[in-house]
Amino acid sequence: MALNNFCLVCGGTGCESSKADDIFKNLRTAVEAHGLTGQVQVVKTGCFGFCEKGPIVKILPDESFYVEVKPEDAEKIVAEHLVKGRPVKELLYKTADQVTAKTEEDIQFYQKQIRIVLRNCGIINPEDVQEYIARDGYLGLEKVLFEMTPQQVIDEVKKSGLRGRGGAGYPTWLKWTNTSKTPADQRYVICNADEGDPGAYMDRSTLEGDPHSVLEAMTIAGYAQGATKGFIYIRAEYPLAIHRLEVAMKQSREMGLMGKNILGSGFDFDIEIRLGAGAFVCGEETALIQSIEGKRGMPVPKPPFPSVSGLWGKPTSINNVETYANIPVIITKGGDWFASIGTATSKGTKVFALTGAINNSGLVEVPMGTTLREIVYDIGGGIKGGKAFKAVQSGGPSGGVLPAASLDTPIDYESLTKIGSMMGSGGLIVLCESDCIVDVVKFYLDFSVEESCGKCAPCRIGGRKLLNILDKITKGKGTLEDLATMEQIGFAMQRASLCMLGGTTPNPILSTIKFFREEYLEHIEQKKCRAGKCKDLVTYTVIADKCIGCTVCARKCPVNCISGERKAPHVIDQSKCIKCGACFDACKFGAILVS
Amino acid sequence: MNTMNINIKINGTPVTVPAGTSVLKAGKLANTKIPALCAHPDLKAWGACGICVVKVEGSPKMVRACTTEVVEGQNYITHDPDIVETRRTTLELIMSNHPNECLTCPRNGCCELQTLSAEFGIRDVPFASGVRRLPEDLSTPSVQLHPAKCIACGRCALVCQQMQDVWALEFLNRGDQTRIAPAGDVTLAESPCIKCGQCSAHCPVGAITEVDETRKAWAALRDKSKEVVVQIAPAVRVALGEEFGLEPGTLVTGKVYAALRRLGFSKVFDTNLSADLTIMEEASEFIHRFTTGGELPLITSCCPSWVDYLEKYHTDMISNFSTAKSPMMMMGAMVKTYYAEKAGKTAADIVSVAIMPCTAKKYEIQRSDDMRSSGAADVDLSLTTRELARMIKQAGIDFVNLPDEPADSPLGIYTGAATIFGATGGVMEAALRTAYYMVSGKNLTSVDLVAARGMDGVKIASVKIPAGGKEIEVRFAIAHGMANVKVVMEQVRAAKAAGKELPFHFIEVMACRGGCISGGGQPYGSTDEVRAKRTAGIYKDDKDSVIRLSHENPSVQALYKDFLGKPNSEKAHHLLHTHYVPRPLYVK
Amino acid sequence: MTLQELRAMREAGQKAMDRRVGGDKSIEIIVGMGTCGIAAGAKETLDAFVNELNSKDIRNVVIKQVGCMGFCHSEPTVEIRMDGMPDIIYGNVDPETARKIVHSHILEKKLVDKHVFDRPSKDIVKEK
Repeated sequence: MALNNFCLVCGGTGCESSKADDIFKNLRTAVEAHGLTGQVQVVKTGCFGFCEKGPIVKILPDESFYVEVKPEDAEKIVAEHLVKGRPVKELLYKTADQVTAKTEEDIQFYQKQIRIVLRNCGIINPEDVQEYIARDGYLGLEKVLFEMTPQQVIDEVKKSGLRGRGGAGYPTWLKWTNTSKTPADQRYVICNADEGDPGAYMDRSTLEGDPHSVLEAMTIAGYAQGATKGFIYIRAEYPLAIHRLEVAMKQSREMGLMGKNILGSGFDFDIEIRLGAGAFVCGEETALIQSIEGKRGMPVPKPPFPSVSGLWGKPTSINNVETYANIPVIITKGGDWFASIGTATSKGTKVFALTGAINNSGLVEVPMGTTLREIVYDIGGGIKGGKAFKAVQSGGPSGGVLPAASLDTPIDYESLTKIGSMMGSGGLIVLCESDCIVDVVKFYLDFSVEESCGKCAPCRIGGRKLLNILDKITKGKGTLEDLATMEQIGFAMQRASLCMLGGTTPNPILSTIKFFREEYLEHIEQKKCRAGKCKDLVTYTVIADKCIGCTVCARKCPVNCISGERKAPHVIDQSKCIKCGACFDACKFGAILVS
Repeated sequence: MNTMNINIKINGTPVTVPAGTSVLKAGKLANTKIPALCAHPDLKAWGACGICVVKVEGSPKMVRACTTEVVEGQNYITHDPDIVETRRTTLELIMSNHPNECLTCPRNGCCELQTLSAEFGIRDVPFASGVRRLPEDLSTPSVQLHPAKCIACGRCALVCQQMQDVWALEFLNRGDQTRIAPAGDVTLAESPCIKCGQCSAHCPVGAITEVDETRKAWAALRDKSKEVVVQIAPAVRVALGEEFGLEPGTLVTGKVYAALRRLGFSKVFDTNLSADLTIMEEASEFIHRFTTGGELPLITSCCPSWVDYLEKYHTDMISNFSTAKSPMMMMGAMVKTYYAEKAGKTAADIVSVAIMPCTAKKYEIQRSDDMRSSGAADVDLSLTTRELARMIKQAGIDFVNLPDEPADSPLGIYTGAATIFGATGGVMEAALRTAYYMVSGKNLTSVDLVAARGMDGVKIASVKIPAGGKEIEVRFAIAHGMANVKVVMEQVRAAKAAGKELPFHFIEVMACRGGCISGGGQPYGSTDEVRAKRTAGIYKDDKDSVIRLSHENPSVQALYKDFLGKPNSEKAHHLLHTHYVPRPLYVK
Repeated sequence: MTLQELRAMREAGQKAMDRRVGGDKSIEIIVGMGTCGIAAGAKETLDAFVNELNSKDIRNVVIKQVGCMGFCHSEPTVEIRMDGMPDIIYGNVDPETARKIVHSHILEKKLVDKHVFDRPSKDIVKEK
């Protein structure tokens, strides 16, 4: 009996931590118990992207898309859907207007996406190279090794217009050209998988869901640049991605897709994994090289650029995971095809990790030129809980905070830089009216200050001073002068920091002082935090007229600082209140005043 | 490549500089000063401070002048209002984390941060202070760490790692918690530190300093029950003048003698005499080993940092080390025995003080029991050139206008061979001049051994000495700057392991680049330019000397005749030689 | 592995993969899998479709399962949608008929007259 059905279970880190592995096992057990072995194949795939609703299980061929699946649902899915052919309605995704969506096509989250980088995520079993090959895997490598010269490969990449997805958007072909043109007895290609922005997990998901695409791309890059050795620098906090990479590398070596004389072409290429300890600065390419060499991960001045003198002094090209994942497709489908997607200066797609106050958080891949509005409202499904949109933070700690007025900006490298942010690696965090801008910016500064390597004075000292001032402002002790001081420090840090980590640390501050100045002024002049996030500026009081004395707030208060008789207005003891907001959330009568 | 010239502009003014020149250096060549705090000509640009930012015309971005190599045709803007604003803010940031303790700081008046602050007219630091009161490290007798003052420019760590290959200092922690200290958080004394003091010589502020013992010196001078005798090292005489506004390399031997006398020292002796003594002992030792098939190569041992380094990093070479003490220790032993005898005193009656270009000498005087060959400490106190300058200033002595005075007898006369101990290659040159005589029975026709001189990190050459109708060839190697030693030692090891003929018979090593003239205790501001001037002063002293061969020093001859007998005699061995032991890199 | 082996592996895997995703899926076979349908043998019908498509290597077909279409008296019911043919609902589709549908309706674009249950089901599907 031939296979009739596939059960695709998301095996990304997010879903795995929500017991996707148990779902996978239970599905297998149930399939066996119902005598369907041989007819139904249960496959663990990479991330589907719709992490908001994970764990996700997709049934083929009818493409039923089950969301928020629990291990105990496995039996029902098998018994109802696979045996009786009746989709389990309550597990299907429901759109905002409560219409049950059957398949991905019906889900708005997927409608504006084009999946190039994530082409195999959620479809293939990442631990099975045969599945990758069946999806045109290693077709690009085959083409490159047997039909193209290294220069032709670089030309094809040039035609595609692909630019580095790590943040700055340096043309990939140019990087490859610089490296290949430097005379040397050895060259290296490095894959930067040291993704570290808070909230970003594009690269992790790509590696977890489609590790072979990166291995294939690195081999192609090695061929194009005359390198026989590659390194993947990945943070040790990504155990699943590392595991999948190791499995993939083992398979590739065994099959002769990596190592000596690949596919009989005479080309040698091998890859090693190097684990990083999770220092954000090691995503900076010179610091990354130092770290691979076993030294303290501190940036070193450029020039010389790694393309001239990189790893162990040899010409080295460093691309990030997402950049690499595009390469095999560019080779198989052609640079022209790739260049037809996107805007004039930014080609192809960009993967974003969409998080924050948004209905559909998850991993999205959209063509360059998609507007923030489309991402937030069409794909993201708008703001959670019907609250008002406030801003989008893009580019992680190096990026900026963009107000509503920027929503119609088409996303590409130039447009984002123009409005004071940057593409960065692709984190998009949506902020709503309940978020305090100063508080959010403080979060990013705290991150950048923690992650500063400490080498150069502007970043080492400047970042801390900025954070201290922000802290003052959130405590109601800021002065108008502080805004000018922050701008002064920011100006110098942008110009005198040694690497981009320090150079971009002030971006969240500078962009918000520009777009959200009134919120800073409220904190400074009125000692008020409109979102109620800055605890020192918030007071919770009971409006006696509205309080019916139900005692719910008193019971919810974690520090027992609300007292009052039953059916009589309650009182909050301000000296004990920790401003957690539990009473506000608990009160059904709107009797808690936040001021 | 190096001869290629590049045409650029600095603020619109055309200037031609060699390819590979940094913008910082190009600015200097174009008479434009670009301020910088972390860059140092001795070190590979590190780019930490962020002060030296400049613009390339046509780009709004700023780049570091120290790390940016000039590119043909470009115009570099070294100052405009934006640049000045950026530099000022960065400077204010650095100052906001630096204690305002200039008045009591050892670097008061010679601090690079202080100078920069004065130039920028900083009157008020607009940022809240972030000084970290980290504990001081006072564990070594030579240098001290004052981490609260550290601006994390990295010079000391780079010197310790790149120039000296010692790795005692390391960057610890990250971000604004970054600090520089021995790895593993041990104290400096427990670390591989060799006390060379190059960290203190390169520190732009008062974060690493020599141990100041001027008060101890004053106390000794106040103690009327003791006779206080002093010696000065060769390299001091070409550098001390800098502290009083004289050009580097100005020879001030007579003025130093005069100043010391005015400070109250009863006898002013010259370490140069004992340098001649060292040559007699070491050349004899060399010839003995060379002619009797003894352990070769022979390695010089005058440099205490090198001794410490070898005892830690090259323990397999201990038997190759010359057992001769350093000139300072030999002088100390002679002061407390030979001179004491003559003066009718005991060793305990005398306080023996040494003025040295070196911080490690403070460690050497207590290195082992051999340093008490007279029964008491042979040298009681070793002061650096910088400390002596302070004492002279405290005494209000008008140094520049002092008359030239002679040293005291019987330990004051020296030869040209002794004075060149102060420069790299000098010990080798002096030893070979005398070895030549000892083997061949005649003196060299030209005593200048040019192959031993110069700033190449490793110098290799040979001399041919006629011996009984045939010629013997003595192959030698000279290394200075501790990181250069490894190559020489590896060559010896490789030859030994392969059973091949030794590449060298005689090896001279000095820990500091250029030798003692830029020792860790010399006046601040040692660069290759300054080193060249001091070195020139040293060789001028040699050239102008009437006697240029150690074995012809009449005082040394008298010393052997009256007191020691012969070189390498039993008495000489007791007083003038020492032994070495392997030491762990980390004591803990 | 040689280049030929790689190509063979890709070829072999592609069929299975095409059923999972991608490729032209312009033809839809919708099988009513309500209790009534299953009781009448819809499961066997579905298998027959799958096996027939596999054996004929027809890849541009997607098979969807829906609930009861409302024609319980004619179960198993199957709707076929494809370009160049009207949307057709067939009733009483047993495995034999299923193979016939594949053969004549899908491949030859000829209706299997005996089993046509003449009512497009678009609205019915919408209601679901």
